[in-house]
Amino acid sequence: MTAAAANTLPWFAAHEGRLIWRDFVSLMTGGKTRRKAIMGTIVAVMIVGMHWFAAFLLRPAFEVGIAADKTTFMFISGGLIMFMSLMFSQAIEAVTRAYYARSDLDLIMSSPSPAHRLFQVRTSVLAVQTIALSVLIAAPVINVLVWKDGVHWLGAYAVLISLGALATAIAVIITLTLFRMVGTARTRLIAQIIAAIVGAGFVIALQGVAIVFGKGISRFSFFTSSDTISSAPETASFMWIPARASMGEPLAVLAILGFCFAFLALVIAVSSQRFAKDVLATAGLVERKTKTTVFSGFRMKTSLRATLRRKEWALLRRDPWLLSQSLQQILYLLPPALLLYVNYGSNHGIVYVVVPVIVMAVGQLAGGLAWITISGEDAHELIATAPVSDKTILRAKVEAVLVVVALILAPFAVVLSFISYEVVFWMLVGGALSASSAVLIQLWFRSQANRSVFRRRQTSSRAATLCEALVSILWAATAGAAMADVKYAPIPGTLVLMVLFIGWLIKPSRKEMVGT
Amino acid sequence: MNQQLALEIDGLEKAFDRPAVNGLNLKIRGGEFYALLGPNGAGKTTTLRMVAGLLAPDAGSISVFGTDALADPLAAKRKVAWVSDEPMIYDKLTPYEYLEFISGLWSVEPALAEARSRELVDWLGLGEHATERCGGFSKGMRQKVALAGALVHEPQLIILDEPLTGLDAGSARQVKDVLLSKVANGTTIIMTTHILEVAERMAERIGVIAEGRLIAEGTFEELQTNSAKQASTLEEVFLDLVESDTLNSELESLAA
Repeated sequence: MTAAAANTLPWFAAHEGRLIWRDFVSLMTGGKTRRKAIMGTIVAVMIVGMHWFAAFLLRPAFEVGIAADKTTFMFISGGLIMFMSLMFSQAIEAVTRAYYARSDLDLIMSSPSPAHRLFQVRTSVLAVQTIALSVLIAAPVINVLVWKDGVHWLGAYAVLISLGALATAIAVIITLTLFRMVGTARTRLIAQIIAAIVGAGFVIALQGVAIVFGKGISRFSFFTSSDTISSAPETASFMWIPARASMGEPLAVLAILGFCFAFLALVIAVSSQRFAKDVLATAGLVERKTKTTVFSGFRMKTSLRATLRRKEWALLRRDPWLLSQSLQQILYLLPPALLLYVNYGSNHGIVYVVVPVIVMAVGQLAGGLAWITISGEDAHELIATAPVSDKTILRAKVEAVLVVVALILAPFAVVLSFISYEVVFWMLVGGALSASSAVLIQLWFRSQANRSVFRRRQTSSRAATLCEALVSILWAATAGAAMADVKYAPIPGTLVLMVLFIGWLIKPSRKEMVGT
Repeated sequence: MNQQLALEIDGLEKAFDRPAVNGLNLKIRGGEFYALLGPNGAGKTTTLRMVAGLLAPDAGSISVFGTDALADPLAAKRKVAWVSDEPMIYDKLTPYEYLEFISGLWSVEPALAEARSRELVDWLGLGEHATERCGGFSKGMRQKVALAGALVHEPQLIILDEPLTGLDAGSARQVKDVLLSKVANGTTIIMTTHILEVAERMAERIGVIAEGRLIAEGTFEELQTNSAKQASTLEEVFLDLVESDTLNSELESLAA
């Protein structure tokens, strides 16, 4: 097991570490040794690619030189706030999961081990995971800065690590506050919504500001505008401590590291004592009496597909957590909607931005809903033993998804129809193709899973996730190209077909089930 | 008892890492209550999953009331209901909604389905909770909802895999009463269970399966008579049969 004495912090840490490592290896390799080499190669190629891309993005900055002025501080601070929102979003989701996921909690809670130690370790692990994600994303940019501009940029790592600790601490405080304010039954849903809104909302808000003030759709337009910079505090202000720390100022680095980790330690020390009580409260949730529905007799006879579709819609409607997760993509439609509203009647060229974003979001939304209805079938065996053909079942599930997608797409089509019917046509064609392709990929890669693991669906089949993302992006590009000049559309269109063909080639075989 | 064969399995084989079902032959008469027993990993669930259409066999044939379940699975499925030890229900649906959904899948007329559902809900003591979502139900209640789902389309053959696991005495009694009354009305039931007293008291015939093969079959009295140790209970008969089979297998592998 481990050399540490039982029930001590190091002992719990070793236990957690081993579980996380094995989970990670299993997710990356699917239990197949051969995949380790393949994944290693893919990761290596991605690392090189991301560094190349970072160097490409930063080249203009290196050409003019990076000075420690308000513009640079503004730019860095903007980036850090975005990373903070990403880390906070991830942390609140992870902290909530730590309370609600039962797995080994029942075992530990029923043992004579002090539960607060487990919570201390788990919160620390969450902080490490939160930090790791952001560091992984930011590393290419920081490494290129270190390489081209000097080792002082290593301070950016210290800042990201500190902000990860701070984000985790805030997530714990918010979760515990929600427990007190709204109770254990609603905390999970509200925390998930907060995570989604903060994660996507901040970026979207910045885009919104940029759009409203006519500065395009870039996330950084707001931070780099002359109005924002002129109204920002002077460079000596404490507001710029994170930015100065990122550029390697030693005192700023020490200040931010000290503050964030002291805050996290304090939060863990205070909150861990309440951990056992709160976990017991969440465990009691399953015992609660569930909602009552009015029974007004069975409906008139409908087709098999209608029966299946109705069931899917009822399950989706009654699971607000799941719905909030799958509809997150809709948040990304808000900036294009705002862009449309602001530019309505003045700039028709803006549809070249709006339509591709809609097409991409629709593909992602359809993929998520298709996973829920196809792979996340809770009574899989019941459906499999019913005298209904696979074809009918799948057709009904696909219809259920496409109807939801169509309902979401409809308002955009109505608004765009006031601009141009041609634009509506390309949006509908692109949206339909993007949604159908995402659904097709989910059909090829379907597997039996519980709906509660929806957020981890991407890790269960990386090939499916990658195909789905590529197809959505490429259909968006096709729609954009078709609107600009239809003769350009076959280029991304051909790429989509190639991705779909590769997806079809690598799809898992389904010989275990009896063919119906 | 209906003399037509409810289930006829011939030379059934299925292998995963090792053979799970190994040339199994089984004949179950219509209207019979048949208990399929065996130690863990003997191949009981794999066999029944193949009959229910949840798993494709490697070889062999399965016939349900004369319908080739491999050639025409939909026709076979119309006659069968499958109840596993983990109830296959939806947390977000109420029992009535669940039964309405199942009736739709098996194409039962709505009026008939509603009447049957009301009857089953009362019969299984679910009346108070029939309009509550199943999410907060106990294991026993969930199992009863699943059983109601299996009965609402009036199948000719009901396959139950460990249906009494986790049920309290009262719920188990209700489920057993319902099953016996179904058999009395001509329904065929195949049940796996590790609770041997249940098999001893309820089943007309008992099949014992080990290492994917049927090693003994008959009424309790027949099995008792054939037992080498003159066992008095089914538990003793079962352990005797399984131990003998394990010993024989070991001797065979040594000889090979």
